[in-house]
Amino acid sequence: CPPTRNSQQQTSFKRGSDLFGYVGIDAVLEQMQRKTMKAGFEFNIMVVGQSGLGKSTLVNTLFKSKVSRKSCTSNFEEKISKTVRLHAVSHVIEEKGVKMKLTVIDTPGFGDQINNENCWEPIVKYVNEQYEKYLREELNINRKRRIPDSRVHCCVYFLPATGHRLRPIDVEFMKRLGKMVSIVPVIAKADTLTVEERQEFKERIREDLTANGICVYPQREYDEDPEERALNDRIRKSIPFAVVGTDKEHQVNGNKVLGRKTKWGIIEVENVAHCEFANLRDLLIRSHLQDLKDVTHNILYETYRVQRLNESNMNFSELVLSTWPLGNGTDKCETESQL
Amino acid sequence: MDAIMLQEKLVERLLCPRVRTARQKEKQYVGFATLPNQVHRKSVKKGFDFTLMVAGESGMGKSTLVNSLFLTDLYKDRKLLNAEERINQTVEIIKHTVDIEEKGVKLKLTIVDTPGFGDAVNNNECWKPITDYIDQQFEQYFRDESGLNRKNIQDNRVHCCLYFIPPFGHGLRPVDVEFMKALHEKVNIIPLIAKADCLTPTEIKKLKDRIREEIDKFGIKVYQFPECDSDEDEEFKQLDKELKECTPFAVIGSNTVVEARGQRVRGRLYPWGIVEVENQSHCDFVKLRNMLIRSHMHDLKDVTCDVHYENYRAQCIQEMTSKLAQDNRMESPIPILPLSTPDVDTEKLIKMKDEELRRMQEMLNKMQQQMHDKD
Repeated sequence: CPPTRNSQQQTSFKRGSDLFGYVGIDAVLEQMQRKTMKAGFEFNIMVVGQSGLGKSTLVNTLFKSKVSRKSCTSNFEEKISKTVRLHAVSHVIEEKGVKMKLTVIDTPGFGDQINNENCWEPIVKYVNEQYEKYLREELNINRKRRIPDSRVHCCVYFLPATGHRLRPIDVEFMKRLGKMVSIVPVIAKADTLTVEERQEFKERIREDLTANGICVYPQREYDEDPEERALNDRIRKSIPFAVVGTDKEHQVNGNKVLGRKTKWGIIEVENVAHCEFANLRDLLIRSHLQDLKDVTHNILYETYRVQRLNESNMNFSELVLSTWPLGNGTDKCETESQL
Repeated sequence: MDAIMLQEKLVERLLCPRVRTARQKEKQYVGFATLPNQVHRKSVKKGFDFTLMVAGESGMGKSTLVNSLFLTDLYKDRKLLNAEERINQTVEIIKHTVDIEEKGVKLKLTIVDTPGFGDAVNNNECWKPITDYIDQQFEQYFRDESGLNRKNIQDNRVHCCLYFIPPFGHGLRPVDVEFMKALHEKVNIIPLIAKADCLTPTEIKKLKDRIREEIDKFGIKVYQFPECDSDEDEEFKQLDKELKECTPFAVIGSNTVVEARGQRVRGRLYPWGIVEVENQSHCDFVKLRNMLIRSHMHDLKDVTCDVHYENYRAQCIQEMTSKLAQDNRMESPIPILPLSTPDVDTEKLIKMKDEELRRMQEMLNKMQQQMHDKD
């Protein structure tokens, strides 16, 4: 018989369990993550509420950067505009290698007039316009790989800390916008409420919300599985969050904390015993940011799209070829900067 | 940390007051660096899908290779036809689906087989059923995507096509060239040299060089590996370079386990030695598997979605609009809205709209008739 030739061992090969069991498909997850990290994320947050409720301060505190210009600074032109004009500003912020393009949409003038009827209309128009822009891009013949997403992912609605109930303007706004965008109501400047007052206020607000059929985020009907439902139920039992915002630091027990200093004590913003800012931040950013985007994309945007396709009795290509100008009720000063 | 556990932990902290620990380092930390984890959690729940097509003549070892790649046995009850039965056989398209789960990640793998390709005496246009199949999947996806209910779109588009080139010849044959040219703009083609254990290393190198030359010469666009990131380490870049220089991969597959050098390996037992499938010095199987599954699966899907599908879509729309422009009469709208599974409400709506259109068309015809009569 011919002599057997021993194969030369040059490179190593997979052993044992690798040989017989491991294909390696979990690496797909990593590939996907790497790609999304490179591309970066976008997040668009809208703040709605009367002047002076601390909207800009809160957003700045949330993202630990000056992403929103406060209207109380001395060089800001004091002018209560006659109509609600929307104002969108973008910044790119980075943390631990993750890049995010954050757009804050401000709504100065909302609820500031004597007669506030229909003050939500410019906002409704803006939200629809962003949906329309996305739809057009999606229908385009030569569409971009990543369609720029200017849709409003989250609308933080500021309730003044009256301690009573929802006001008519609050009900009107949330009713109309609740079906179009994810609303996160917050109790602003909550340092005027004691803990008991706060609890009662929240309960009354929750009652009012249910009584008026208003759906706020996280919407019950969009829970996908029992696990998510359980998680979100617990959140629903504690909204709206009572927040305090600031960008000033003080010394407490040898530590520097963000807080508001008064004669009777220092209100620590990030102390959960003082206010619920940390809870809001964790909800919006650390645990549900992607979910906010998903709800906007998969549910709210799809609803808009179906509506549009139904009402336009046109076929597909006409929609693409039509040249409707997008109406302009918005002040879009988009400034991009690297913080 | 498991992404789901992380999420739960965050909600816990959300709702329960806790003792303040050293927060100094957390000061500048906003927290959106958890975004990749949040996205991760959703993908684990959803799972992935991947459609792989294998094409080549019978007996090239396609089924064996697929079984080796995914460590499954997809072709258990296969009946091989004899020569007579195959005379009148046309190219069929057969799909096998298997669900694989590993470390919590689910993959729904679909293998599209093309038995009969290149087997007949006259193989003219034998790739036509294959291109038709690929186009059909694109069309189906296009309709679904343009439809009203987009909740559960199934992605059946072919993400990758492994094309098996026989090792016996001197490079690409006419049928190889024609096939790849017919498909290179519809699907990611990865050419492989099949049954590479009948070639010596020098012969393999010669054949690979020859094939690469011919691919360039005929202008065939096979799947290109994306460029390495500039911030990857040197070792990775070196591996990447080696991978690119090794194409087309020379592969061997095996369903049997043999004993070699005191270990059980997948291989083929010959009187003159044992060929080990997973030995990198024997064949490129490991490189193919790593590339296909472990490093480029997602990119293959992306190129299919972003390039091949978009080209198809753009072409489709342009054809439709040019047709519309040519016909000046008002026709009923081209069915883009779903014809597949409309629900009751949508059906009613579509019927209503159709009725309206028909009425409008009648009116228009009447008016035209009247004007005609007047002249």
